[in-house]
Amino acid sequence: MSFEQVVFYFLAVLAAFSAVMMILQRNPVNSALYLILNFFCLGGLYLTLNAQFIAMVQVLVYAGAIMVLFLFVIMLLNLGDDRRLREHLGLRMYLGIGFSVALVLELLFIFLFRSSNSAVQQSANAAEMGTVEYVGKVLFTRFLFPFEVTSLLLLAAIVGAVILAKKKTAE
Amino acid sequence: MIPLDYYLVLSAFMFCVGVLGVVVRRNAIIVFMSIELMLNSVNLSLIAFSSFLGDPTGQMLVFFVMTVAAAEAAVGLAIIIALFRNKQTVNIDEINILKW
Repeated sequence: MSFEQVVFYFLAVLAAFSAVMMILQRNPVNSALYLILNFFCLGGLYLTLNAQFIAMVQVLVYAGAIMVLFLFVIMLLNLGDDRRLREHLGLRMYLGIGFSVALVLELLFIFLFRSSNSAVQQSANAAEMGTVEYVGKVLFTRFLFPFEVTSLLLLAAIVGAVILAKKKTAE
Repeated sequence: MIPLDYYLVLSAFMFCVGVLGVVVRRNAIIVFMSIELMLNSVNLSLIAFSSFLGDPTGQMLVFFVMTVAAAEAAVGLAIIIALFRNKQTVNIDEINILKW
């Protein structure tokens, strides 16, 4: 096994494991920490795919900013006692589990019996495509308009979050 | 070299785990984190396609998905805080006023 394969299998298994552990944890703080681990693994996988810029953004924005926000909210709400959050497995839950497992098995079936003519080689220009320079060039030429619209979306999100989370003052 | 299928299978598996989390868990925050997991699994397949096809569009899409996810996380967590303030719970079975 080459070094590349070892890295991929390690990261892939860790990512799958942390994803599963994330939904199995009772305490939301542990869930959030497993999700952070998962995001770090995904960042590593992006590096194996030669997407350096996205890998950095993944670690900075997802593992850094978004998950810290999650942890803040979890600790703000102080959900430590999970007695009030008792989760019972009703019929709907069993159906959900059944369908999810069926979906996994289906995908596994497709994977095992796939035709063998899939892409095995990364594109030749993949290495230079992930650099900040290339990404920036494309972002500010072909995708300039969506990029600008993004600012509007973020502004709306900021205003919305502040209004929603603000304590109600006496009306 | 790792073939494309391996990335896609990992992505699909993570998506299924995310679906399972949304369907089974009742804690609104964990449901929300499962949604983030699904977004990330899709990001992985987008990056994989982008790098195997040599087309930067996939990476741009991931960039925008991340922006939307950040906005979504901010607004969603604000909604959860507002819910908790009003009902003292984040169990989504108890939040059923809009349910007919």
